[in-house]
Amino acid sequence: MTELLQILISGLSAGAIYALAAVGFTLLWQASQTINFAQGEFVMIPAFIALALITKLGFPVWLAFIAAILLSIVFLGAVFKRLVVEPMISHGTLPLVIATIALGLLLKEAVKEFYSPLGQPFPGLFSHDTISVFGAAVSFADIANFVVAMGVIAGLQWFLNKTRTGRCMQATAQNPDVAQILGVDIKRMVLYTFLINGALAAIASILITPVYLAKFSNGEVLGLVAFIAAIVGGFNQIKGALVGGLLIGVIDNLSAVYISAEYRQAVPMILLILIIMVRPQGIMGESEGRAV
Amino acid sequence: MKHFAKFFPLIALAALVFAPLGQGNYIIYVLCSWLLFSVAAMGLNLTLGYAGQVSLAQASFMGIGAYITALFQLAGYHWIVGAPIAILSTFMIGLLLGYPALRVQHHFLAFVTLAFNTLVFLVLRNEEWLTGGSFGLVGMERPSFFGVSTMKQLPFYYFSLVVFVIAAAKFAWIINSPWGRAFKALRENPIRAQSLGVDTKRITLLAFAIGSAYGGAAGALMSPLVQFIEPGSFGLIHSLKLLLMVVVGGAGYFYGPMLGAAVVILLPEFLRFTEGYYLMIYAALVIVLMVYSPSGLIGLGSKIAARFRPQKQTRKDMNQGAQL
Repeated sequence: MTELLQILISGLSAGAIYALAAVGFTLLWQASQTINFAQGEFVMIPAFIALALITKLGFPVWLAFIAAILLSIVFLGAVFKRLVVEPMISHGTLPLVIATIALGLLLKEAVKEFYSPLGQPFPGLFSHDTISVFGAAVSFADIANFVVAMGVIAGLQWFLNKTRTGRCMQATAQNPDVAQILGVDIKRMVLYTFLINGALAAIASILITPVYLAKFSNGEVLGLVAFIAAIVGGFNQIKGALVGGLLIGVIDNLSAVYISAEYRQAVPMILLILIIMVRPQGIMGESEGRAV
Repeated sequence: MKHFAKFFPLIALAALVFAPLGQGNYIIYVLCSWLLFSVAAMGLNLTLGYAGQVSLAQASFMGIGAYITALFQLAGYHWIVGAPIAILSTFMIGLLLGYPALRVQHHFLAFVTLAFNTLVFLVLRNEEWLTGGSFGLVGMERPSFFGVSTMKQLPFYYFSLVVFVIAAAKFAWIINSPWGRAFKALRENPIRAQSLGVDTKRITLLAFAIGSAYGGAAGALMSPLVQFIEPGSFGLIHSLKLLLMVVVGGAGYFYGPMLGAAVVILLPEFLRFTEGYYLMIYAALVIVLMVYSPSGLIGLGSKIAARFRPQKQTRKDMNQGAQL
C-alpha cells in the first residue's frame, strides 16, 4: 500500500510537469492551429540556457532561472512565432509540422554541438530529502514540483477565465473572425499564446531537468509525453491537457513497477492509440465536428 | 522540354549505371544507401504525397522488412526467399495501420503512426530471443545470383540498382494507373472522390499498405547492405527524417523522394567540411524551404522556371490539382 502511494505521488508530480508542456501545446493548437513538434525541445532548451548562464557567466541559480524563463518567452515565444509560424501559417498544417520537426532537430543538434553531447547535472530548486506521508517516503522535491506546476496551471486558468485579456484570448481561439469583429486584437492575442507557451516550457524545463540530467536528447521523450497527454486528455481543452498529463505520469510510473520496465514506454502509446480510435476528442474534450 | 521529360528516365538510368565506376568502396556504399532510402521515401511519397495520409512510421516498416529478411537469411535461406516475405508482411501490417486512417485524419493520424513506430522499436529492442535486442543481428550474407556474388561493393550496387529500378517502375505504373488517380482524388477531396464512386476506404488502406511495402523492400535491401541491423536504426527520428526527405524533395512528385534522399544521404558526403553542422544547416534550410516553397525543391524549381519561361495561359477550369 505504501509502495502504491509512493508511486502515485511521484507519478502525479511528474504528470503535473508533463501537463505544463501539454497545456502549452494545446494552447498553441487552439490559437493558431500550430502542432508544435518541437515542444519537447522547447522543454529541453531552457535548462541549457540556465546552465550556460550559471556555469559560463557565473549567474546565481535563481537569477539564471528567471533569465532562462524570460529568454524562453522571447525566443521560444515571440521569435518562434515571427520567424517560423507566421510565414508558414497560410500554407496549411503540413509544412508547419515539417518546419517544427526541423526546428526540433536544429535545437537538438545545436545543443549537442555547441554545449555538450553528455548529460549535465542540473541544480534543483528543491531538496531531495524524503518526508513521510502516511508511511510512504516521498521526496520533498516531488511534492514541491507538483505544487508549483499545479499553481502555474491554476494561475493560467484564472488568467484565461477571469481577466479581460484572457477572455479575449479564449474568444480568439474559439472564433477568430467573430473575435475580430468584436474588436479583439487577435494578432496580439495569438502572440500572447506563444509567449505563454514559452514560459510554460521554461517552467517545465526547470522543474523536470533535475530529475534527469540536462541532455540534448531530453526533448524526444518529453515531447512525446506532451503530445500523448494533450491528445489523451482532449486536444481542445486546458483541463484535458491537465488530466492527460497527470494520467500519463501516474500510468507511466505504475507500469514501470507493475508491468515491466522494458515496456514502460509502450503503455502510454497503447493508451494513445486506444483513445484516438475510441474517443478522438479525448477524455475531457468536446468533439470539434469533422467532415468525413 | 517535352522530349527531355520523356527521355529523362533513360538519361538518369544511364547516369546511375556509370555513377559508381571508378569510385571508392565508401562512395559506392553511400550510393547504395541512397538507392535504398529512395525506395523507402518513394513508399512514403505514395502514402503522403499522393494519397495525402500522414504517416510517421516508415522507418518502422524498414525495420520490420530488415529484420524479417535478416532472420530468414540467418536461418540459411536465400535473400530471394526472405525479401518477398518481408515485403508481403509489411504490406499486411501497413494494411492494418491503415485502419486508424479510416477514422481519424491529419495530426491524429500522425500521432497514431508515431505511436506505432515507437511500439515497433520497443518490440525490436526488448524481444531479445528473436531480434537480438539492442545488440541487433549480425552476419547476414550478401546474396549471390546465378553464381555472381554481390559480396563486393560494386556488384551489390548493381543489385540495389535493379531493385530500385523495379520499385521505381512499379511506382510509375501505380501512379499512372486508375489507382494513382484515385489516390490523388482522395488527397484533394475525399468527399468528391467518394461521390464519384471511388472506394475511399479501400484506397486509403491500399495507400498505407503499398507505401509500407516499399518501406519493407528498403529494409530487405538494408539488411544485406549494412550486414548489421539494430533497433536504433528504425526509431522515430528516422521516420521523421524520411518524412523530411519526401517533403524536401517534393511530396506528390515522382522524383521528389529521390531528390530528397539525395539531399539527406549524398549531400553530406560532398559537404564534409561542415562536419557536425550539416544536420543543423539542413534543418535550418528545411525551415526556410517550407516558408518559400511548401511543395519542396521540385516545387521551388518549377516556380523559378515558371518565372523565366514565357507564360502559357491555361483555362482555369482545366487546371489540374489543387482545385479539383
